[in-house]
Amino acid sequence: MLTLLSDPQALADLLGTSLRLAVPIAFAAIGGVISERSGVFNVALEGCILGGAFGAAVGTYLFGTPVAGLALAVVVALIAGLILAGLAVGLAINQLVAGIAINILMLGMTSYLARLILGADATTTMPGFEPFALPGLSAIPFFGPILFDVDVLTYALYLLVPFCWWAIYRTPWGLSLRAIGDYPVAADSAGISVPKVRTFAVLISCALAGMGGAYIVLAQVHVFTENMSAGKGFIALAALILGRWNPVGAFLACLFFGFSDALQLRLQFSAPDVPYQLFSMVPFVASFLALVVFAGKVRPPAAIGTRYIRGGK
Amino acid sequence: MADNVLSLHGISKLFAGFRALDGVDMSISRGTVHAILGENGAGKTTLMNVLFGLYQPEEGEIRLNGKPVRISSPRQAMTMGIGMIHQHFMLVDSLTVAENVALGLPGQGLSLDLDRIAARLAELSHEYGFDIDPHEVVWKLPIGMRQRVEILKVLFRDAEVVIFDEPTSVLAPNEIASFLDGLRRLRAAGRTVLFITHKLDEVEAVADDVTIMQHGKVSARMKVAQTDARDMARKMVGREVVHDRMDKGDIAPGAPILQVSDLVVEDARGIEAVKGVTLSVRAGEVLGVAGVDGNGQAELANAIVGLLAPKSGSVLVDDADVTSASVHVRRQRHRVSYVPEDRHHTGLVLDFSIAQNAMLRDFTAAPFSRGGVVQTRTVREKATDWVRRYDVRMRGIDQKVRFLSGGNQQKLIFAREVESDPRVLIVMQPTKGLDVGAIEAVQRTVIAERAAGKAVLYISTELEHILTVADRIAVMCAGEITGVLTPDEVTTERIGALMGGLHEGAEA
Repeated sequence: MLTLLSDPQALADLLGTSLRLAVPIAFAAIGGVISERSGVFNVALEGCILGGAFGAAVGTYLFGTPVAGLALAVVVALIAGLILAGLAVGLAINQLVAGIAINILMLGMTSYLARLILGADATTTMPGFEPFALPGLSAIPFFGPILFDVDVLTYALYLLVPFCWWAIYRTPWGLSLRAIGDYPVAADSAGISVPKVRTFAVLISCALAGMGGAYIVLAQVHVFTENMSAGKGFIALAALILGRWNPVGAFLACLFFGFSDALQLRLQFSAPDVPYQLFSMVPFVASFLALVVFAGKVRPPAAIGTRYIRGGK
Repeated sequence: MADNVLSLHGISKLFAGFRALDGVDMSISRGTVHAILGENGAGKTTLMNVLFGLYQPEEGEIRLNGKPVRISSPRQAMTMGIGMIHQHFMLVDSLTVAENVALGLPGQGLSLDLDRIAARLAELSHEYGFDIDPHEVVWKLPIGMRQRVEILKVLFRDAEVVIFDEPTSVLAPNEIASFLDGLRRLRAAGRTVLFITHKLDEVEAVADDVTIMQHGKVSARMKVAQTDARDMARKMVGREVVHDRMDKGDIAPGAPILQVSDLVVEDARGIEAVKGVTLSVRAGEVLGVAGVDGNGQAELANAIVGLLAPKSGSVLVDDADVTSASVHVRRQRHRVSYVPEDRHHTGLVLDFSIAQNAMLRDFTAAPFSRGGVVQTRTVREKATDWVRRYDVRMRGIDQKVRFLSGGNQQKLIFAREVESDPRVLIVMQPTKGLDVGAIEAVQRTVIAERAAGKAVLYISTELEHILTVADRIAVMCAGEITGVLTPDEVTTERIGALMGGLHEGAEA
């Protein structure tokens, strides 16, 4: 443990791993921020990550390029988003139930279709996005190679965080989003279509989570396996709460979770005689602790989880 | 008819077979203040929601400037120049004034230009004599200021017709005068004001025309100048209303039951809302607490019933110190009953039935439950008995409380709190949003409790209602009791001074 911190190379490796583990969660968490700011719980983030991973694998497999994979990842996640929006916004079904249903659907569908489409090729690694160094920035000592020698999706995430912050806090659209999440009746009476904004928010949210899934396949493991999202969507939900429904906060929370995940991987290697399952718990315990420590000061969007029906008292 | 900015012809609106509006005809002249008068449940609010595009009428025609129009959404209503100030404000508490105004404002670019909006708001605010900081967060503003924000929102959108739904029901007496001034200024600026109310004096004070509604129909229309309050009242309720003080009967008050000393209470933001209040209420006495809304009355009531823990001071009920007792202990063992200000959030579970709400106070104890099992039959018998005796108008005791009118909801709460045979009854703003008939029922109940030897603390911003029931009146300002008067000593000047914070004596 101590050697880890005193050895710059080991530390750089650890931080690099943290970042890589944080990226998919961060995409989903920022998506979740957008959806929850509009008052819709997006429990389906998990299913969207999985759907995105599946789409990325299939797209890349069929068309031979990761760009097609990314596109299909977004399409699959958008389908999940359409279902969620249709159920939770259109039909005003309980948002949590709708989200869980999508997660289960995605798990079954992707496993089945992956076998059908990828078949025996499921274990062959496929092309993905390779890291490339940004001239100048990557020359920064220590942090340069960690932050600025990464793949295109990670760079996209760097831009996404400030962009989302700007969109939420500095645009009329963001104002509508925040208003609808707090008091939809007020937004409705101001002439904003609550279902439209919510549907759009859910779609964006799912698309981003799908990109997170695509990242896992295209930039990390280069194969698709069943249930490979493995709870990342739920960690993202915790991260967005920890980040106070703010995209920057959510991103930082994801880095924290990524770090605790990277740390447990390191610990597994450094202490092989300890059952690895113990270390696997670290990120989850960390998320518990973080939520407990920061609980109380958190004020979620007031209308979150509630359906909105005009004229309903 | 050319000067009619808005006219309605045979408007009907049905809710699940119930005719909330039944063939309403109405015409509103340009540049006037037009009052729509009616009791709760007369269909006034439904009518306004039709005009604002929130509801679609099943029958009838709306004409704007002589042309038939279909108002399909609030956005469309606004582009047509119809603005509405709802009874429950349509403001997002977590946003600033400027952000609330910017919300849904058409013609904004990609980026939010709050500075431009704030500047224009400051101009408008100055023009109409409102004193609003555009960058203040809404939850920090008192109610009267929030209403001004609502008005600014509508003015910002250049509305020609401004609809107010029960605008004064949330205001304190001194805020009402400046609000009515605001209406006059709107009229002077050439806007048309539609103003829903059940307060006769306000109609007399500002309106040019009045349309009176009863049971979803128009029962009368007239010029205000050609009528008087008694006539309007008769047409509104269909009978003469007693406006004068009720005959309470003389009761010699007994021993003090509720004793509050040096109570200091902080509000949710950690600011001292009650600063050392001392009062005592004796058996068979109604102590009124008057004052402008938001001067610590809510915190005082909450601290007495146990919803807020006081910072210092004590609360005694029958000489037992309950300062640190739980709500449950206070209500069950010390028999403190509470009619809260907010019926919807604190008083009732809206999606529960009438019967379920009736047992909400005492469902853990006999006769409502025995051995941990709710006695459904007893509950239903009690509920049936109460709704009959307290005149709760409903379709059946299984109806959801949500669908009762405000007055009937309040009667149900009173039934529940009073039938538990309390020692102390705390009532907070009990007449808010109620019509004349329901107010009378509430006051009769309070006076009956007084006759039964209960200690009643009656907190309200409606001075006249306090005068009707109270034996003594304590006036609160800025968290302190500024003076205590008997009803006979009350003069407008004196009580106005006390409400404004000029001290006379500090114990009730």
